[in-house]
Amino acid sequence: MSDLSSSVLKGDVRSIARLITLVENDSSDAIESMKKIHKHTGRAHVIGVTGVMGSGKSSLIFELAYSYRKQGKKVGVIAIDPTSPFTGGALLGDRVRMMDLSADDGVFIRSMGTHGMLGGLTSAVYDVVEILDAAGMDIILVETVGVGQAEVDIVKIADTTLVVLVPGLGDFIQTIKAGLMEIADIFVVNKADRSGVEQIVAEIESMLDISCKTDRRIPVVKTSAKESKGILDLLDEIENHMIYLRKSKVFETKRRKRYEAELTEIIRKRLMGFIFDESKLKKKVEFLIDQISRKELDPYTAADEILGKILK
Amino acid sequence: MERKIRVLIAKPGLDGHDRGAKIVARALRDAGMEVVYTGLHQTAEQVVKTAIQEDVDVIGLSLLSGAHMTLFVDVANLLKEKKMDDVLFIGGGIIPEEDVPVLKKAGIAGVFGPGTPVEDIVTFVKKNVKR
Repeated sequence: MSDLSSSVLKGDVRSIARLITLVENDSSDAIESMKKIHKHTGRAHVIGVTGVMGSGKSSLIFELAYSYRKQGKKVGVIAIDPTSPFTGGALLGDRVRMMDLSADDGVFIRSMGTHGMLGGLTSAVYDVVEILDAAGMDIILVETVGVGQAEVDIVKIADTTLVVLVPGLGDFIQTIKAGLMEIADIFVVNKADRSGVEQIVAEIESMLDISCKTDRRIPVVKTSAKESKGILDLLDEIENHMIYLRKSKVFETKRRKRYEAELTEIIRKRLMGFIFDESKLKKKVEFLIDQISRKELDPYTAADEILGKILK
Repeated sequence: MERKIRVLIAKPGLDGHDRGAKIVARALRDAGMEVVYTGLHQTAEQVVKTAIQEDVDVIGLSLLSGAHMTLFVDVANLLKEKKMDDVLFIGGGIIPEEDVPVLKKAGIAGVFGPGTPVEDIVTFVKKNVKR
């Protein structure tokens, strides 16, 4: 496999797409290219879009991407949908809401399955962000799977995290629970053409009133992706957030956290591959599991034995 | 890790009957493939651009309006123009038998009419995928 890094840096669409496929499949062919592009990354503003399923994340991303294109910015979209834990298959349907972008050369959209990850992302997403960044995208929009209350991995990768809510989700107690409600840099109340909007906005605002963070008040923006309303307000708030990140030096902290997560993920994947995929150790693991089943061994001693083989 | 087969399922042209496309998408999903579903009213250019960005192994188009001789062939020609000969192209819908040889000659490797068991499509894809 030839080195794809130079054509990715030039923005060649097929090379970008092919390199993404390689990282998605943990192919060793990707590693040389990934090593070379890293120093060309860091320019893009990574915006995470998360929220419950059906909250309109894909439609909102379409509206955002469309507006950024009007400003002349190049936009990358990573749209993640669930992989079946049973068959390994996936139906990636986020593009349905983004159809009108598919003729635009300034937009690159890639649909991905979660491949067994539980935090709302997929493990290759760090690499894909690096690839799109290196390829010259100004804005990278990352859409998580439709989440519940606890899938918050998006904060590890996004500079700005949008939490998308819709009217009718529940009462005030829902908004003061831990998890999803803690990760927003901006709250978006989408489907603002529906009734109940003012109530949920008031509930979020009153939650923010009792929050201890004082350096920045988290904005709440009302949007209707269906009617293309509120999108410019949202763009302003995203811009304001980036200004705040730069001024407060939180930017460096966030980026450092992303690289920490990326490094951890690379090591995790390699270790897991070493233990469970490589033929020799895999046999050993299977043997130990049999022993545990027969009560000849306990799981902790078995784990010591496997880790001992790697760490010695 | 075994590479998953990635499939693009799209409906070109103007008809809005997407049940067949959705059933095929679902069947391929259940066979362990990653199916990118784009929905209705795709132009040939959109289909090919999406296929490039998504780096799919297979393109499956569904058409019930009778415009397959134009739209399927447009996509096939674009694929040739872009030298995407490693992509398997299949199509389905209301397609008269006499059109099938012409479509196959144009580069549509498999044509599936009404009543085709979805298992046949799954098997065909698995057997003929080029990458």
